[in-house]
Amino acid sequence: MSTSLRPVRSPPASELSPDLLSKLHSLMVKARVLEERLIQMYRQGDGFFWIGGPGEEAFNVPLGLLIHKGRGPQYDYCHFHYRQSATLLAMGADPIDAMRQMKNSATDPYSGGRNFVGHYSIRQWNVVPVSSPIEVQYSIAPGTAIANKRAGGRGITIVTGGDAGTAEGDFSTCLVWSSRPANQLPVLMIVTNNKWGISTHFQGQHGEKRISDRGKAFGIESKTIDGNDPEVSYRELSAAMEYVRTERKPFLLEAMVSRLYGHSSASGANRTNDEADCIAGFERRLEERGLLTRQQMDELRAQFTAELLAAHKQVKEEPQPESKSIYEHVFADRDLVRGDG
Amino acid sequence: MSNMVQAIRMALHVGEERHGVTDIFGEDVGPPLGGAFTATQGLKTAWNSPLDERGIVGTSIGLGLAGCRNVAEIQFCDYGFNSIDLLKLAGMHHWMSNGEWNCPITIMTPVGSGIRGSIYHSHSFDATTTHIPGFKIALPSTPRDAYGLLLSCIVDPNPCFFLVPKSLMRVRSLPGEEIPGEPGDDRVLAKMIDAPLGDRTSWKPQWPETPDHLVPFGEARTVRSGRDLTVVSYGRTLPLCVKAAEALVEEGIDAEVIDLRSLHPYDWSRISESVRRTGRVLYVNEDSEITNFGEHLIRRTVEELFYELAAPPRLLAGAHVPGIGLADSLEMVSVPQLPSITDAIRSLARSEP
Repeated sequence: MSTSLRPVRSPPASELSPDLLSKLHSLMVKARVLEERLIQMYRQGDGFFWIGGPGEEAFNVPLGLLIHKGRGPQYDYCHFHYRQSATLLAMGADPIDAMRQMKNSATDPYSGGRNFVGHYSIRQWNVVPVSSPIEVQYSIAPGTAIANKRAGGRGITIVTGGDAGTAEGDFSTCLVWSSRPANQLPVLMIVTNNKWGISTHFQGQHGEKRISDRGKAFGIESKTIDGNDPEVSYRELSAAMEYVRTERKPFLLEAMVSRLYGHSSASGANRTNDEADCIAGFERRLEERGLLTRQQMDELRAQFTAELLAAHKQVKEEPQPESKSIYEHVFADRDLVRGDG
Repeated sequence: MSNMVQAIRMALHVGEERHGVTDIFGEDVGPPLGGAFTATQGLKTAWNSPLDERGIVGTSIGLGLAGCRNVAEIQFCDYGFNSIDLLKLAGMHHWMSNGEWNCPITIMTPVGSGIRGSIYHSHSFDATTTHIPGFKIALPSTPRDAYGLLLSCIVDPNPCFFLVPKSLMRVRSLPGEEIPGEPGDDRVLAKMIDAPLGDRTSWKPQWPETPDHLVPFGEARTVRSGRDLTVVSYGRTLPLCVKAAEALVEEGIDAEVIDLRSLHPYDWSRISESVRRTGRVLYVNEDSEITNFGEHLIRRTVEELFYELAAPPRLLAGAHVPGIGLADSLEMVSVPQLPSITDAIRSLARSEP
């Protein structure tokens, strides 16, 4: 197989319309307010555990907007990890559903109170269940990508993970299986690199200069981008997706992002001030360009804060799952939990 | 009459033709080899994967989530232990999504001893798989049951394990136990569906017309009726139990032998009906004895049938050692064999309170 890498063309910087910029901003703020509300829920005892993606909005919102959502192999399959509430909101999810999962309510549409917050599952949009292991999605992605390719349309498989998870063998599995000469696969492999694996820094664990360099050995188109810039993210994701949709081959995209509230509630979920805040940077730019005023942006944030506070109050009143429901949905056809035939 | 690999091949062909199987894959599963045991020769959807069990199980899950029924092979179950978390995840998808997703996949893998396979080609997998909720588990001991159970796995909406006792791969059906539609003459069938030696590039199998003969999950088979005690087994040890029972007739011992066939769900009603009648039960399998599936069956026997027992229920299983040693003298004492099974049946039949 040829290993020559053709550069993927990026459109010029000025192509995003004011409407799109405004939409990106609004969704980023909404996602941030949602994460801050989820942390509040944790602090108030309305959930056992918080994990999420504040700091990744500039990448995750464009990703959600660009996904071809729908059910079946003509549409994109999404193998996400647990820092992507912004992607889900951009796809059109209602933020109250994340809060329902945070509160492990019976009304949680993703898992019925069974799984942690951020562990989405939406079959009508091909969002496969998110699981806590940080690597398994990379081994599962080739399967849906085979289905995408066989279906013959423009549907692709999108798999995301963090930088620490790339040390697991499953990341290599995805590189190997998606680039087999016998059947190259339409997989967009994404690594959001926040330079942390819980408390362990990237620098001490990774000899490779860039994670995206690992794609090169397999002849996989690869790129590292500034995931804290929503305009860069939108353009680069568009280009990478277009490549995967049309060439039916894999692409490895590494996005450098921030982690603004630590790993999870287990490490306190406290705001860090030594990492770049993508929303603050984007808002400065929007103000400079005269697209939005500080007052408009403050009002937007206040509006989301009020809406999500009201949603929080609503979720508090919703029922917990019934204990006897543990035996439901072990099997898709009938209850065989006890083993009796 | 077919042997077990031929039966598996025919079931996979029926799966492709009539039940929507889109992919049969794993290491060496596709041409030219068609499987380490030749079980996947001549199948139109069979393909070779990288040598990566995690990729095989993961890709199987992904295909299943996308609605593609598939049969993924781990070449020997001994190499599936590095994928336990993915297997757990396969069994979890329906439950963790509160019923939203299902994963219609079959994980096929040869299990157990009997081919002098040494440490890494002799492991059992039944205790491990019965510890993975969300899967149905089949473990046949005859070609016809292999055919029927594999088809049941294929059409099932859940993940299924199809465990194949590798020592029985070449054993032929007994008269009267043929797969409907298969030619009676071994040589005729071999000519039709066994790949020739040497160059196979232009070879095409001629499949016999075999029907949808499905063996349902959770339905055991009473291989031999008897009045003195009940022997419950599956896989490699099952025919040994039958042989032992037949030999003991001349000692005046009349043992009933049940082939469990599926381990989840399993046919408790057949076991309990038999044990109520005989008052004595011996469970036989070759997985290591601690936290063995037979121990679970003993627990239910004690809890539900205690006052109907004439003797303590017994388990004859593999030694709790890390592996099965290569030398004949090591393998023979590591897992149940005909003499030890015969002794266990005899002593249970004759035990007095």
